[in-house]
Amino acid sequence: MTDVAADPVHAFIAKTVEENPVVLFMKGTPDAPRCGFSSVVVQILDHVEAPFVGVDVLQDEELRNGIKTYSDWPTIPQLYVKGEFVGGCDIVREMFQSGELKPLLVEKGVVSA
Amino acid sequence: MKTEAPVAQAIRDKLQAAFQPHRLEVIDDSRRHAGHAGAREGGESHFNVVIEASIFEGLSRVERQRRVNRALKEELAGPVHALSIKALAPGEA
Repeated sequence: MTDVAADPVHAFIAKTVEENPVVLFMKGTPDAPRCGFSSVVVQILDHVEAPFVGVDVLQDEELRNGIKTYSDWPTIPQLYVKGEFVGGCDIVREMFQSGELKPLLVEKGVVSA
Repeated sequence: MKTEAPVAQAIRDKLQAAFQPHRLEVIDDSRRHAGHAGAREGGESHFNVVIEASIFEGLSRVERQRRVNRALKEELAGPVHALSIKALAPGEA
Protein backbone atom coordinates (compact mmCIF):
# COMPACT_ATOMS: atom_id res chain seq x y z
CA MET A 1 0.00 0.00 0.00
CA THR A 2 1.20 3.47 -0.81
CA ASP A 3 0.76 6.65 1.17
CA VAL A 4 -2.99 7.13 1.25
CA ALA A 5 -2.91 10.85 1.86
CA ALA A 6 -0.78 11.44 -1.23
CA ASP A 7 -3.27 9.86 -3.61
CA PRO A 8 -6.90 11.01 -3.79
CA VAL A 9 -8.06 7.74 -5.39
CA HIS A 10 -6.44 5.70 -2.63
CA ALA A 11 -7.99 8.05 -0.09
CA PHE A 12 -11.42 7.44 -1.63
CA ILE A 13 -10.90 3.66 -1.51
CA ALA A 14 -9.66 3.78 2.09
CA LYS A 15 -12.71 5.81 3.11
CA THR A 16 -15.09 3.49 1.23
CA VAL A 17 -13.77 0.29 2.83
CA GLU A 18 -13.71 1.96 6.22
CA GLU A 19 -17.29 3.22 6.09
CA ASN A 20 -18.86 0.09 4.61
CA PRO A 21 -18.47 -3.35 6.24
CA VAL A 22 -18.51 -5.28 2.94
CA VAL A 23 -17.38 -3.67 -0.30
CA LEU A 24 -17.05 -5.31 -3.69
CA PHE A 25 -15.04 -3.43 -6.31
CA MET A 26 -16.48 -4.85 -9.49
CA LYS A 27 -17.21 -4.35 -13.17
CA GLY A 28 -20.80 -3.22 -13.50
CA THR A 29 -23.31 -3.08 -10.66
CA PRO A 30 -24.64 -5.82 -8.37
CA ASP A 31 -27.86 -5.83 -10.41
CA ALA A 32 -26.06 -5.81 -13.73
CA PRO A 33 -22.51 -7.16 -13.49
CA ARG A 34 -20.54 -6.66 -16.67
CA CYS A 35 -18.03 -9.43 -16.15
CA GLY A 36 -18.46 -13.11 -15.34
CA PHE A 37 -15.99 -13.00 -12.46
CA SER A 38 -17.73 -10.06 -10.81
CA SER A 39 -21.04 -11.82 -11.31
CA VAL A 40 -19.81 -14.94 -9.50
CA VAL A 41 -18.84 -12.96 -6.41
CA VAL A 42 -22.17 -11.08 -6.40
CA GLN A 43 -24.01 -14.40 -6.51
CA ILE A 44 -21.94 -15.82 -3.66
CA LEU A 45 -22.47 -12.74 -1.47
CA ASP A 46 -26.20 -12.90 -2.17
CA HIS A 47 -26.19 -16.60 -1.36
CA VAL A 48 -24.59 -16.09 2.06
CA GLU A 49 -26.93 -13.11 2.56
CA ALA A 50 -24.15 -10.62 3.08
CA PRO A 51 -25.27 -7.03 2.53
CA PHE A 52 -22.61 -5.30 0.48
CA VAL A 53 -21.81 -2.15 -1.41
CA GLY A 54 -20.79 -2.61 -5.03
CA VAL A 55 -18.41 -0.08 -6.54
CA ASP A 56 -18.32 -0.08 -10.33
CA VAL A 57 -14.73 0.49 -11.41
CA LEU A 58 -15.78 0.87 -15.05
CA GLN A 59 -17.21 4.29 -14.16
CA ASP A 60 -13.78 5.71 -13.47
CA GLU A 61 -10.49 4.81 -15.11
CA GLU A 62 -8.49 6.22 -12.18
CA LEU A 63 -10.43 4.07 -9.74
CA ARG A 64 -10.00 1.02 -11.96
CA ASN A 65 -6.23 1.46 -11.81
CA GLY A 66 -6.13 2.80 -8.26
CA ILE A 67 -7.80 -0.23 -6.71
CA LYS A 68 -5.10 -2.42 -8.26
CA THR A 69 -2.26 -0.50 -6.67
CA TYR A 70 -4.14 0.03 -3.40
CA SER A 71 -4.63 -3.72 -2.92
CA ASP A 72 -1.47 -4.83 -4.71
CA TRP A 73 -3.82 -7.00 -6.76
CA PRO A 74 -3.95 -6.83 -10.55
CA THR A 75 -7.51 -7.97 -11.23
CA ILE A 76 -11.15 -7.09 -10.60
CA PRO A 77 -13.34 -8.04 -8.67
CA GLN A 78 -11.90 -7.38 -5.22
CA LEU A 79 -13.70 -8.04 -1.97
CA TYR A 80 -13.11 -6.07 1.22
CA VAL A 81 -14.57 -7.02 4.60
CA LYS A 82 -14.18 -4.59 7.49
CA GLY A 83 -11.43 -2.76 5.66
CA GLU A 84 -9.50 -5.94 5.00
CA PHE A 85 -8.77 -7.34 1.55
CA VAL A 86 -10.22 -10.87 1.30
CA GLY A 87 -9.41 -11.68 -2.31
CA GLY A 88 -10.67 -11.87 -5.85
CA CYS A 89 -13.03 -14.26 -7.58
CA ASP A 90 -10.90 -17.41 -7.18
CA ILE A 91 -10.35 -16.89 -3.46
CA VAL A 92 -13.94 -15.95 -2.68
CA ARG A 93 -15.17 -18.98 -4.62
CA GLU A 94 -12.67 -21.29 -2.89
CA MET A 95 -13.63 -19.98 0.54
CA PHE A 96 -17.31 -20.35 -0.31
CA GLN A 97 -16.87 -23.92 -1.55
CA SER A 98 -14.75 -24.95 1.43
CA GLY A 99 -17.29 -23.45 3.83
CA GLU A 100 -14.92 -20.80 5.17
CA LEU A 101 -16.59 -17.70 3.81
CA LYS A 102 -19.71 -17.57 5.94
CA PRO A 103 -17.87 -18.16 9.26
CA LEU A 104 -15.49 -15.34 8.32
CA LEU A 105 -18.42 -12.99 7.66
CA VAL A 106 -20.10 -14.06 10.89
CA GLU A 107 -16.89 -13.59 12.84
CA LYS A 108 -16.52 -10.11 11.37
CA GLY A 109 -20.08 -9.36 12.41
CA VAL A 110 -21.44 -8.61 8.95
CA VAL A 111 -23.69 -11.66 8.67
CA SER A 112 -25.77 -13.25 11.41
CA ALA A 113 -24.99 -16.88 12.22
CA MET B 1 5.55 -32.99 -25.66
CA LYS B 2 3.08 -30.98 -27.62
CA THR B 3 3.96 -27.45 -28.55
CA GLU B 4 2.05 -24.77 -26.74
CA ALA B 5 0.88 -21.44 -27.98
CA PRO B 6 3.30 -18.61 -27.08
CA VAL B 7 1.43 -17.06 -24.15
CA ALA B 8 0.73 -20.42 -22.51
CA GLN B 9 4.39 -21.32 -22.96
CA ALA B 10 5.53 -18.05 -21.39
CA ILE B 11 3.23 -18.60 -18.41
CA ARG B 12 4.52 -22.12 -17.98
CA ASP B 13 8.18 -21.11 -18.26
CA LYS B 14 7.87 -18.24 -15.80
CA LEU B 15 5.98 -20.26 -13.19
CA GLN B 16 8.40 -23.13 -13.56
CA ALA B 17 11.36 -20.82 -12.98
CA ALA B 18 9.78 -18.88 -10.11
CA PHE B 19 8.30 -21.71 -8.07
CA GLN B 20 9.83 -25.04 -9.15
CA PRO B 21 6.35 -26.56 -8.86
CA HIS B 22 5.67 -30.25 -8.26
CA ARG B 23 2.62 -29.87 -10.42
CA LEU B 24 1.74 -27.26 -13.01
CA GLU B 25 -1.25 -27.07 -15.30
CA VAL B 26 -1.76 -24.18 -17.68
CA ILE B 27 -5.09 -24.36 -19.42
CA ASP B 28 -6.18 -21.93 -22.13
CA ASP B 29 -9.82 -21.27 -21.35
CA SER B 30 -10.23 -18.53 -23.96
CA ARG B 31 -12.67 -20.40 -26.15
CA ARG B 32 -15.23 -20.41 -23.39
CA HIS B 33 -14.98 -16.63 -23.27
CA ALA B 34 -14.99 -15.99 -27.01
CA GLY B 35 -16.90 -12.82 -27.79
CA HIS B 36 -16.74 -11.54 -24.21
CA ALA B 37 -15.05 -8.31 -23.30
CA GLY B 38 -11.31 -8.86 -23.26
CA ALA B 39 -11.37 -11.99 -25.40
CA ARG B 40 -8.82 -11.71 -28.19
CA GLU B 41 -8.89 -13.06 -31.66
CA GLY B 42 -6.77 -16.20 -31.64
CA GLY B 43 -7.50 -16.93 -28.00
CA GLU B 44 -4.80 -16.90 -25.31
CA SER B 45 -6.64 -14.30 -23.24
CA HIS B 46 -8.18 -16.43 -20.47
CA PHE B 47 -6.16 -19.00 -18.54
CA ASN B 48 -6.64 -21.39 -15.67
CA VAL B 49 -3.54 -22.28 -13.72
CA VAL B 50 -3.14 -25.00 -11.13
CA ILE B 51 0.21 -24.87 -9.38
CA GLU B 52 1.48 -26.92 -6.49
CA ALA B 53 4.73 -25.84 -4.88
CA SER B 54 6.44 -26.12 -1.50
CA ILE B 55 6.96 -22.37 -1.37
CA PHE B 56 3.21 -21.87 -0.80
CA GLU B 57 3.25 -23.73 2.48
CA GLY B 58 2.18 -21.46 5.33
CA LEU B 59 1.16 -18.62 3.01
CA SER B 60 -2.36 -17.21 2.87
CA ARG B 61 -4.44 -17.52 -0.28
CA VAL B 62 -3.97 -13.84 -0.99
CA GLU B 63 -0.21 -14.04 -0.60
CA ARG B 64 0.06 -17.13 -2.82
CA GLN B 65 -1.91 -15.51 -5.58
CA ARG B 66 0.02 -12.26 -5.25
CA ARG B 67 3.24 -14.15 -5.87
CA VAL B 68 1.85 -15.89 -8.93
CA ASN B 69 0.48 -12.61 -10.25
CA ARG B 70 3.84 -10.96 -9.69
CA ALA B 71 5.64 -13.69 -11.64
CA LEU B 72 3.20 -13.15 -14.52
CA LYS B 73 3.13 -9.37 -14.33
CA GLU B 74 3.99 -8.85 -17.99
CA GLU B 75 1.39 -11.31 -19.23
CA LEU B 76 -1.30 -9.74 -17.04
CA ALA B 77 -0.39 -6.28 -18.28
CA GLY B 78 -0.50 -7.53 -21.87
CA PRO B 79 -2.33 -10.35 -23.57
CA VAL B 80 -3.88 -12.06 -20.56
CA HIS B 81 -7.26 -10.64 -19.67
CA ALA B 82 -8.18 -13.17 -17.00
CA LEU B 83 -6.18 -15.62 -14.97
CA SER B 84 -7.78 -18.07 -12.61
CA ILE B 85 -5.27 -19.41 -10.10
CA LYS B 86 -5.33 -22.38 -7.81
CA ALA B 87 -2.12 -22.28 -5.79
CA LEU B 88 -1.57 -25.29 -3.55
CA ALA B 89 1.03 -26.43 -1.10
CA PRO B 90 2.04 -30.10 -1.41
CA GLY B 91 -0.63 -32.41 -0.08
CA GLU B 92 -3.48 -29.94 -0.40
CA ALA B 93 -6.45 -30.91 -2.52
